[in-house]
Amino acid sequence: MPQVELQFGGGLESLTGGNKVVPANFSGEQVVLGRVIDWIRTCLIKEKHEYFVQGEHIRPGILVLINDVDWELEGKTSYVIQEGDRITFISTLHGG
Amino acid sequence: MKRLCSHCGKSFANILVGREDKYLCRCCFFEYFEDTVHRTIVEECLLQPGERIAIGASGGKDSTVLAYVLKLLNERYYYNWDLWLLSIDEGIQGYRDDSLRTVEQNRDDYNLPLYTLSYSELYNWTMDQVVSQIGRKSNCTFCGVFRRQALDKGTEKIQANVLATGHNADDIAETILLNLLRGDHARFSRSVMEENANYRMSIDSDSKKIRRVKPLKRVYEKEIVMYAYFKKLKYFATECIYAPFAYRGHAREYLKSLERIRPHSISDILYSLSCISLEDSKTRVGQQCIRCGSISSQNICKACLLRTSLDRGQGVLAVKRSGMAILSKNTVESEIPQTVSESSTESNIS
Repeated sequence: MPQVELQFGGGLESLTGGNKVVPANFSGEQVVLGRVIDWIRTCLIKEKHEYFVQGEHIRPGILVLINDVDWELEGKTSYVIQEGDRITFISTLHGG
Repeated sequence: MKRLCSHCGKSFANILVGREDKYLCRCCFFEYFEDTVHRTIVEECLLQPGERIAIGASGGKDSTVLAYVLKLLNERYYYNWDLWLLSIDEGIQGYRDDSLRTVEQNRDDYNLPLYTLSYSELYNWTMDQVVSQIGRKSNCTFCGVFRRQALDKGTEKIQANVLATGHNADDIAETILLNLLRGDHARFSRSVMEENANYRMSIDSDSKKIRRVKPLKRVYEKEIVMYAYFKKLKYFATECIYAPFAYRGHAREYLKSLERIRPHSISDILYSLSCISLEDSKTRVGQQCIRCGSISSQNICKACLLRTSLDRGQGVLAVKRSGMAILSKNTVESEIPQTVSESSTESNIS
């Protein structure tokens, strides 16, 4: 049952009711990041889901970090989450 | 599986710098980012030591990072730049008033002077009023034209001759794509020329014309956001309340989707851009607007035309191509018809 901390920034916090930090528990072994994203889309975000996920992918322009490491270095959605991981989602799409 | 930084080989890597397949630790990434900006400035002679520089500051990620990095480079290399924050208040309640507070925060954090200029003092119109007249369809056209001129006027007011904006590589690719998709030949040529001629323009510009420079043009949006995140810079990240209706959004989404399939898309577009060579068109002869004195390719500049259309309650006309021609004809004919030809000959000679 890994517990992780989800962080939202760059405007994405508007999708989670203004919450920048959301703790979450996942049951089972070998929980991959793809499942976490799915959970965020279905359970955490109440509206405008397309601002977070488009089709099966996370919306282009959203950066993801796992414990401050670019998820592109960690296998993206196939990364297996560990107890205490901090997963950060930052939108790059807002303003200049 | 943790990877070591491909540069120092000592710390674990934090970020993949896409286009070169580099993976860097936090420290090496900072160095890489600041170096890239510094090299852009030096190689393209964007800024001269000791000059006064206006930084177009919106409170967003790009301008916040730009202000931070310019201040840092100024101290690191003893450039003796006189840096100013220049902010434009478009008059959009619930958006700009909040972001202006972020700019004020930047002013205090970075200890830089701030000058703010508003649409209402310049044009007697706020964007909220513009939208209430013309609706939400072409409002970004008004805002874009007004902002461009407002930044020029602000730069003049603080007596700087160079304006630095936070445009990044993604923005430039986006603009090129946008004008291509629209089939806007004139604007496409102008944007291509503006990007490619920057070097030449900054060298042989006469002292009167304000130079516009983009020190972040070689860094990517991802890198800017990562830099701001790791440096814990505070920026304002709310979409303009009128922007979701802008056509630019489509180009942006398209570009980001392209990037997912092909990570090099943006650098490909920028490379293609640098290969395009266009003949200097005659319309670029700089002349002054007979009304406000701004540099313009026509007798009356676009900002003045748009403003007149609003004053007459004909704002909607102005953003239709045919409407603009009628409006432009009416405006020129009704005002100072004699001086038009004189002033245009004069500016042709100079």
